[in-house]
Amino acid sequence: MTPAVLMLEDGRTFRGEAYGAVGETVGEIVFTTAMTGYQETLTDPSYHRQIVVMTAPHIGNTGVNDDDPESKQIWVAGYVVRDPSRVASSWRAQRRLDDDLVAAGVVGISGIDTRALTRHLRDRGVMRAGIFSGAALDDRADADRLAQVQAAPAMQGAHLAAAVSTTEPYVVAARGPDGAPLDRPLFRVVALDLGIKSMTPYRMAERGIEVHVLPATSTLDDLLAVAPDGVFFSNGPGDPGAARHEIALLRSVLDRKVPFFGICFGNQLFGRALGFETYKLVYGHRGTNQPVLDRATGKVEITTHNHGFAVDAPLEGETVAPHDGGRYGRVKVSHVNLNDNVVEGLEALDLPAFTVQYHPEAAAGPRDASYLFDRFCDLMRTHSPNAGPDSTGPDSTSSDSTGSDEEHAA
Amino acid sequence: MPRRTDINSVLVIGSGPIVIGQACEFDYSGTQACRVLKAEGMRVVLVNSNPATIMTDPDFADATYVEPINLEVLTSVIDKERPDAILPTLGGQTGLNAAVALHEAGVLERYGVELIGADVDAIRKGEDREQFREVVTRCGGENARSAIAHTLDECFAAADDLGYPLVVRPSFTMGGLGSGIAYTPDDLREIAGAGLHYSPVTEVLLEESILGWKEIELELMRDRNDNVVVVCSIENVDPVGVHTGDSVTIAPALTLTDREYHRLRDLGIAIIREVGVETGGCNIQFAVHPANGRIIVIEMNPRVSRSSALASKATGFPIAKIAARVAIGYTLDEITNDITGTTPASFEPTVDYIVVKVPRFAFEKFPSADPTLTTTMKSVGEAMSLGRNFTEALGKALRSIDKKGTSFHWDGEPPTGAQLDALVESLRVPTEHRFVDLQQALRAGASVERVFDATWIDPWFLDQVQLVNEVAEATRTAPRLTAEVLVRAKKHGLSDVQIASLRGVSEDTVRAYRWALDVRPVYKTVDTCAAEFAARTPYHYSAYDEETEIAPRERPAVIILGSGPNRIGQGIEFDYSCVHAALALRTEYETVMVNCNPETVSTDYDTSDRLYFEPLTFEDVLEVYEAELAAGPVAGLIVTLGGQTPLSLAQRLADAGLPIWGTPPEAIDAAEDRGRFGAVLEAAGLPAPAYGTATTLAAARQTAHRIGFPVLVRPSYVLGGRGMEIVYDDAALTEYVERALAAGDPARAGSMPPLLIDRFLDDAIEIDVDALYDGTELYLGGVMEHIEEAGIHSGDSACALPPVTLSANELARIRSSTEAIARGVGVRGLLNIQFALLSDVLYVLEANPRASRTAPFVSKATGVPLAKAAALVMAGHTIADLRSSGVLPVADAAVLDLAAPIAVKEAVLPFKRFRTKRGHLVDTLLGPEMRSTGEVMGFAADFPTAFAKSQAGAFGGLPTCGTVFVSVADRDKRAVVLPVRRLSELGFRVLATEGTAVVLHRSGVGSTVVAKHTQGRATGVQTIVDLIMAGQVDMVVNTPSGQGARLDGYEIRAATTAADKAIITTVQELDAAVQAIEAVRAGPFEVTSLQDHAAAAQARQAGTAL
Repeated sequence: MTPAVLMLEDGRTFRGEAYGAVGETVGEIVFTTAMTGYQETLTDPSYHRQIVVMTAPHIGNTGVNDDDPESKQIWVAGYVVRDPSRVASSWRAQRRLDDDLVAAGVVGISGIDTRALTRHLRDRGVMRAGIFSGAALDDRADADRLAQVQAAPAMQGAHLAAAVSTTEPYVVAARGPDGAPLDRPLFRVVALDLGIKSMTPYRMAERGIEVHVLPATSTLDDLLAVAPDGVFFSNGPGDPGAARHEIALLRSVLDRKVPFFGICFGNQLFGRALGFETYKLVYGHRGTNQPVLDRATGKVEITTHNHGFAVDAPLEGETVAPHDGGRYGRVKVSHVNLNDNVVEGLEALDLPAFTVQYHPEAAAGPRDASYLFDRFCDLMRTHSPNAGPDSTGPDSTSSDSTGSDEEHAA
Repeated sequence: MPRRTDINSVLVIGSGPIVIGQACEFDYSGTQACRVLKAEGMRVVLVNSNPATIMTDPDFADATYVEPINLEVLTSVIDKERPDAILPTLGGQTGLNAAVALHEAGVLERYGVELIGADVDAIRKGEDREQFREVVTRCGGENARSAIAHTLDECFAAADDLGYPLVVRPSFTMGGLGSGIAYTPDDLREIAGAGLHYSPVTEVLLEESILGWKEIELELMRDRNDNVVVVCSIENVDPVGVHTGDSVTIAPALTLTDREYHRLRDLGIAIIREVGVETGGCNIQFAVHPANGRIIVIEMNPRVSRSSALASKATGFPIAKIAARVAIGYTLDEITNDITGTTPASFEPTVDYIVVKVPRFAFEKFPSADPTLTTTMKSVGEAMSLGRNFTEALGKALRSIDKKGTSFHWDGEPPTGAQLDALVESLRVPTEHRFVDLQQALRAGASVERVFDATWIDPWFLDQVQLVNEVAEATRTAPRLTAEVLVRAKKHGLSDVQIASLRGVSEDTVRAYRWALDVRPVYKTVDTCAAEFAARTPYHYSAYDEETEIAPRERPAVIILGSGPNRIGQGIEFDYSCVHAALALRTEYETVMVNCNPETVSTDYDTSDRLYFEPLTFEDVLEVYEAELAAGPVAGLIVTLGGQTPLSLAQRLADAGLPIWGTPPEAIDAAEDRGRFGAVLEAAGLPAPAYGTATTLAAARQTAHRIGFPVLVRPSYVLGGRGMEIVYDDAALTEYVERALAAGDPARAGSMPPLLIDRFLDDAIEIDVDALYDGTELYLGGVMEHIEEAGIHSGDSACALPPVTLSANELARIRSSTEAIARGVGVRGLLNIQFALLSDVLYVLEANPRASRTAPFVSKATGVPLAKAAALVMAGHTIADLRSSGVLPVADAAVLDLAAPIAVKEAVLPFKRFRTKRGHLVDTLLGPEMRSTGEVMGFAADFPTAFAKSQAGAFGGLPTCGTVFVSVADRDKRAVVLPVRRLSELGFRVLATEGTAVVLHRSGVGSTVVAKHTQGRATGVQTIVDLIMAGQVDMVVNTPSGQGARLDGYEIRAATTAADKAIITTVQELDAAVQAIEAVRAGPFEVTSLQDHAAAAQARQAGTAL
């Protein structure tokens, strides 16, 4: 057993055993209350630069497989668990989790009171932290480690999309109801990869959407070159306030009235594009049990969350989006979190655009909100700039649609 | 959507007596529902025949009917109360079946009563096998390949198609009654034959075997806005093949990936919607193939279930409470999560601990029963534990079972070679001991793969058991017991007792080390949200971790020790008393409950100010005390309300300096120790039956001769009448002693533990007394006269209150004797005494200075809250105080209220659940060893009607016409003439065995002679057993001829029980039955609520006062 120490920036220290790689790591420490889906969590790019605490005590029971990851690598900066499994027990298991963590160089700690840690973070807010084991533990004083933690960059103001985004565009082929690729996709969508999870294009593809995943650094021309029926902004790490390029890009999409859908970071960027502020939550929402009210139907959906920032928009009624003197018209908060009334969705009333703060693609978590991908399809069906002979959707005669055609043609 | 305004009164149907498969979890759910409905301003009408429940306390409903749950009675109640709606989903299968019966009889329509929670269509879709299979298919799920059969021929035809083994499940039965696995056509004939019988619609489902698959359950809730949440996932550690009630289960599921879990969740949600459970909860069971993940939907319960009680306790999400709210119109997002007080109930709980439930069995009560665990539930109770990991929770759960041999051990040398092979092989057949057995196999070096191959228990769990073995070995071999060694042992669930055994030292030594090294548990909180939000509900469990969450307090605390897992002899009756103490003391003290039974009201976080879900062992209780002492002053501990489990801790806790309230441990000992108790009786001039002890056959015979036959013999160290027998002659005594010698320690051949030999008072009237004593004054709570003669365990015996045949003079003697014993023993609180009245001598059989099984029955029958009064007496109030404050009435049970109604308690027995290895039912004969699981109360103006109601509540009720078979022992022949003559006059056809028929004939009672079972075998004629099995006999009167399962009597009784017909095994009961049959024939039962009974009693008292 190799001792390890978790040190928080406020000096609180937990002593346990090294888990995964031995060494040192710093990052923002956050907790997730999901009881399943550690593989999805570890590979979610939104966790980039974050040390993740699992509140569920037993982690690694079902090992790891090559089907469940949400990206090509483990993104967490560090991993904190209470009782790592000694064996991998599942017919789908290919390897043990700790072997993958070691291979990926992810420094972790186990055997600590994760509940005490969670309560600490709940009360004091997320903060920077470091995990130290091996030489990093033996050869240095606590004060040095604390200094190292406190010197780590804060999440506020961090622009991280480029670090997690694909560098090359790629296409996820549309599929039919039988799972086979479609010759003629129903829709073509540009998905801007700000840290996209692989389940997101999958959920779109299974609805007949051909998904063109583009790098975060893409320009409007790059987007338009695909001639999309809709544009999608993905989830991702970092402070939405720092994503100036992406916000500008989004505004130019909105200006063209291309149907737009965003998830998580995409929702925050939409909020900022509309002229709202975003702010950092005390300890965020991370888990797979969050109750979100869809105000359109009055129904509650149980949803997956992973966000530390949120949009500050008026909860009640319709508001004229403040950006540029109301250039984007009216907007309303479509979804709220029933636990704490945090804005969980925005819907433009004068533009074909909506976003949610949570994860309808699930992975991990419940699939209650997957209808949102259908809503996106509906929106493209009525508002696609490509509406015409090329479109398989019903031809729209609404002025909105005509308008967007003109915009696009211009 | 707020609550519906069109519903102002609701009828809640309870689940009736505690039986295997339907226990106090329905008291918990029903109590929650009643509380919620009352809080919403509804008029609550309740029907439940079980007097031991909290829900039937008059405070919990506006009109409480302790009446049989059947169509006739429910119709009368509906006619009288005119409720707007019925909530049938919280009373188990009984409640659900009753609701369907009311619908089918047109009663709901006639009175305009709406079913809320689930309507008849939903109930049918969920419960009817064929309809449910279609539901599953429509939801995109897969069913086990199967066939429905209504006859044995159809069963065999289906088996040809599906192949063996086959799972047989009867439709509309609870707790898997009548289901089983058929490996051969013979098995099929036996199991399906019984299953067709038990099914109220004569239908069984035959399924392809999914034995060995993973078994996962989901608990779901849905509201009328179609919001659905999954409250909890439960994984059965035992794979499919062992009923979930008999399985070790955990929450949350631990061996599924997110994708697999959500496939189950999606299916579950689709199913609850398709079935149409609109407002309430349901439980769905899935099987998952361990090698390829194929999912099969096993079944659903469109109601609150045992698993929902477990899920509620496991997560802090009170399913029944919320089910009641959504049933009256609220949506989940309108209901606040009690635990956080700020977030809504429309979420899915997430937990940061592991919950383990372990069943408790009672096979020792049924020695001839096959102990194999199957798809028919056989356990009688369960314990639950929470820990920060699986091993910690498992260790605590196993020791919570409070039964020798249920915890892991490392004693002796592990088996090797052929012994080990045999042990591993034995794991293929699941039994009560399988977890200890597999722990031993792993300890002995069997690989996880090998044990998996034998058990199909997921390797993850097996590795965890192996981890416990490794930790134990490290603890054993550590050079010193350091803090590090102890912490590791504790984090993996080892108790001080286990560590002591590993180290060869005493438990006290381990604790002293542990405390010196400051290795102490902390207490975490069950908060539904894994600490995401602050919890305001102090529902705690211990863990060896860093941070404790016990809040400091200023008010003094009183710690109440509950009764642990239900078992025969210690069940809901004790929980009732504990809950009353918590409620009674809440105004003066901070009440702290310690218990580990997830089924109970006491472990509802609403019952006490603080709840510790902990094992009731010395170590665990002491740590809770220490933790509470650190939080604030502790006034005392109550150990006398939870039955024998807490009582047995009293002395050690007192020795450790804990303030024990009520009867002091020395006084408890004075009542339990024969010598000391004898001295108390002698000082008071009270007679007891002559007795002696013996350790050899010669001594036993000598003692028996001195005392005179018949004698009652039992080993001296047992409780609950275990091993107790009545012996009528030398031959039987010799047989008993030889059995005891054979069962004894082979190392000490020829000797045995001391046998207690008492004179058995044949034909005595047995009397049970519950009383309260404050040190100076006695309150006689109730005097119960047993209907069967002495010799049948009081728990199994029917009894009447007030005593039907006792005179005022006899009552006065009972009162003075009780007072003398209370004073002599030194009781402060409740006292239960058993007397036997024979030839005008009042013998004292035994005294228990604690709450008794009968305390709730007495409270319901007299309208006096005995347990509440007892708690207040223990807190220092005098009986005089309680009289002046109105808690106790002026007159006690020594004063006969001539107009008082009669309450009859009848026991409910589980014989139907237990079969021998050859598939026959075990003998159903009553004796001095208690075997009933529950009880009902019949309450009426006169004894015959009250007895009739008790029979209707306990089983189907007595027949009012038809055929009666009579076969009695010689000594009873004289006594049966009159009652049998009356039956004949009432139009019953009388069948009798030859000897009985001759006696009847001589007295002018005509009867038809039928062949005995043993006669038929030789000659091929139809015997009485054949007639009973063919359903041609409606009632059987069979008194045993002496001790022992004489073949004829046994076959008759077993066949009667299997055929679900009335069986009478004593002469006294026959007299009562005949009176009852006459009462039933006089017309339908009148129903009266407890509240109306109380009002009438008050009016009478007021009249007396004038």
